[in-house]
Amino acid sequence: MQMHDLPDSKGHFGPYGGVFVAETLIHALDELRTTYESLRADPDFVAEFEYELKHYVGRPSPVYFAKRLTEKCGGAQIWLKREDLNHTGAHKINNTMGQALVARRMGKKRIIAETGAGQHGVASATVAARFGMECIVYMGIEDVHRQAQNVYRMKLLGATVVPVESGSRTLKDALNEAMRDWVTNVEGTFYIIGTVAGPHPYPMMVRDFNAVVGRELLTQMPETIGRQPDAILACVGGGSNAMGAFHPYIPHEEVRLIGVEAGGFGIATGKHAATLCAGRPGVLHGNRTYLMQDENGQIIETHSISAGLDYPGVGPEHAWLKDTGRAEYVSITDEEALEAFHLMCRLEGIIPALESSHAVAHAMKMARDMSKDKVLLVNLSGRGDKDMNTVATHSGLTL
Amino acid sequence: MSRISATFERLRASGRKALIPFVTAGDPDKASAVPIMHALVDAGADIIELGVPFSDPMADGPTIQRASERALKVGTSLRDVLGFVSEFRTKNATTPVVLMGYANPVEAMGLEKFTAAAADAGVDGVLVVDYPPEESEALTAQLRARNLDSIFLLSPTTDEARMESVGRLATGYVYYVSLKGVTGAASIDLTEVAEKIPQIRKHVKLPIGVGFGIRDGETARAIAGISDAVVIGSRLVQEIESSPHDKLLANLGSLVAGIRKTMDA
Repeated sequence: MQMHDLPDSKGHFGPYGGVFVAETLIHALDELRTTYESLRADPDFVAEFEYELKHYVGRPSPVYFAKRLTEKCGGAQIWLKREDLNHTGAHKINNTMGQALVARRMGKKRIIAETGAGQHGVASATVAARFGMECIVYMGIEDVHRQAQNVYRMKLLGATVVPVESGSRTLKDALNEAMRDWVTNVEGTFYIIGTVAGPHPYPMMVRDFNAVVGRELLTQMPETIGRQPDAILACVGGGSNAMGAFHPYIPHEEVRLIGVEAGGFGIATGKHAATLCAGRPGVLHGNRTYLMQDENGQIIETHSISAGLDYPGVGPEHAWLKDTGRAEYVSITDEEALEAFHLMCRLEGIIPALESSHAVAHAMKMARDMSKDKVLLVNLSGRGDKDMNTVATHSGLTL
Repeated sequence: MSRISATFERLRASGRKALIPFVTAGDPDKASAVPIMHALVDAGADIIELGVPFSDPMADGPTIQRASERALKVGTSLRDVLGFVSEFRTKNATTPVVLMGYANPVEAMGLEKFTAAAADAGVDGVLVVDYPPEESEALTAQLRARNLDSIFLLSPTTDEARMESVGRLATGYVYYVSLKGVTGAASIDLTEVAEKIPQIRKHVKLPIGVGFGIRDGETARAIAGISDAVVIGSRLVQEIESSPHDKLLANLGSLVAGIRKTMDA
């Protein structure tokens, strides 16, 4: 089996992935897997998905040469894949649209989702409204406070936002709570997981729906610059935007794949979310992957200025890409991400999401030491409108 | 014969059903762990399910999650839990102890190291909630090598093919999760359980315990009438949560004794 064809039939990417859930969820996952396996090969389903991506999401998203940012760094060219221009402002809707269509085919009328930054919650609420489905979004109460605007956005779209007060009150706890809802209401409910993690088939399915990003790049780059880029960079929390961009490029070995994790206050401080850079393999949320954990196997709290990267796990396919060396993983601190955020605003007129700013920051670092004919492609996964309060607070301002 | 099988043999001979209380080890504190185990036995417990606290107990409801949080707050590790069992065994050589928990603390210790330490401590069976049969091969092999039982869950949505594969792997007893949901949710549907048990018996030749949603003696008695063992968790954990510290053992003991009495009546 080629690396590109993973996972195997049981959802394994090498030693990672799999189905690590209580028996109560097995039936629902089997049903989902069987349905999805037939749908991914069904031309009608594929056509329906592509239609929605074009007419509702607004795809394809353009590639754009960040000329002034490139000049500022004085080295390799920095290009951007503009996922921030999608409907709802991030790549997240590629996946929620795909899963909502699967839910419709399965006759499920109630959607549940977990969210950290709120982008996946908004994208889920959006497609639920689009198709007339009930939508419940679980969100850690810490994140509810950090992302008040997105909470209101979800409410406007007709969703119910349930604040989660258990555990560390962030994304991982929202995921626990969504799983509990699913196991209780499994018959009429479809759980839209927002990243390439969770039990099989989620890591594969979420990757497939986001892989439209990498497929577009495969044709857009030769059309625009006459060749493929030297490297693709993307931020990695759970890793869905990165996986979407990386996956179609796995067989193109001349293209480096670089995942940028949240270094928070710095890896040495322990207050970060750089799971692949500093974590160890374990089992959480239905799959085996790298985790931030203590010596006793308890999951530890992570820190990142960007809520969307603040997660103690990572998609299992990233774990496998790391171990095999096909992709490289690095980290960028809060401060470095903020610097890139401000430069993007002023030099390019683009307000990037703090998550995506991590990838921009690493591209800037790399570009300085590379010649001007080299091309770095950054997946600009989302826009930063949601981050106004965080950035203002960091600058000592109150909006 | 394992301690678990011997216990079920003895119960069968006397025409009784097993009462299996669940508590989270280290809740409310480490010093209470072993006294709680003895109190459960004194009140009529036949097997003890001892929860290993985990930071992300996905299959549990809020009651048991809070118990996990309390146990972790006082620093209870898997190593501590094994220590509790060792200490319990100095005074009790007959009551089986089953560890119930999640995969990650076990994997962090290492499967081989864990099973060796569990056998040394006097553990009798292990149930890893997020290891379904497909992912449990390595652990069941290790447990078998140490003569420890592998306990598995069955649920209302488990089909007959899966019952058969669980039947092949499981030893000791199987644990039928009697409702869709997490621990401590809603209450049990007796008719559904009564229909399911004979179906399970076709494929699984082990005693069947039933749990999730059993909160009182009357329900325990009804369940005992159609199964081999009654598992009670959240209700006991609630008692631990709400009892003043000096009344904890007495309250827990009288609750379990009451359930035992009604169950056997």
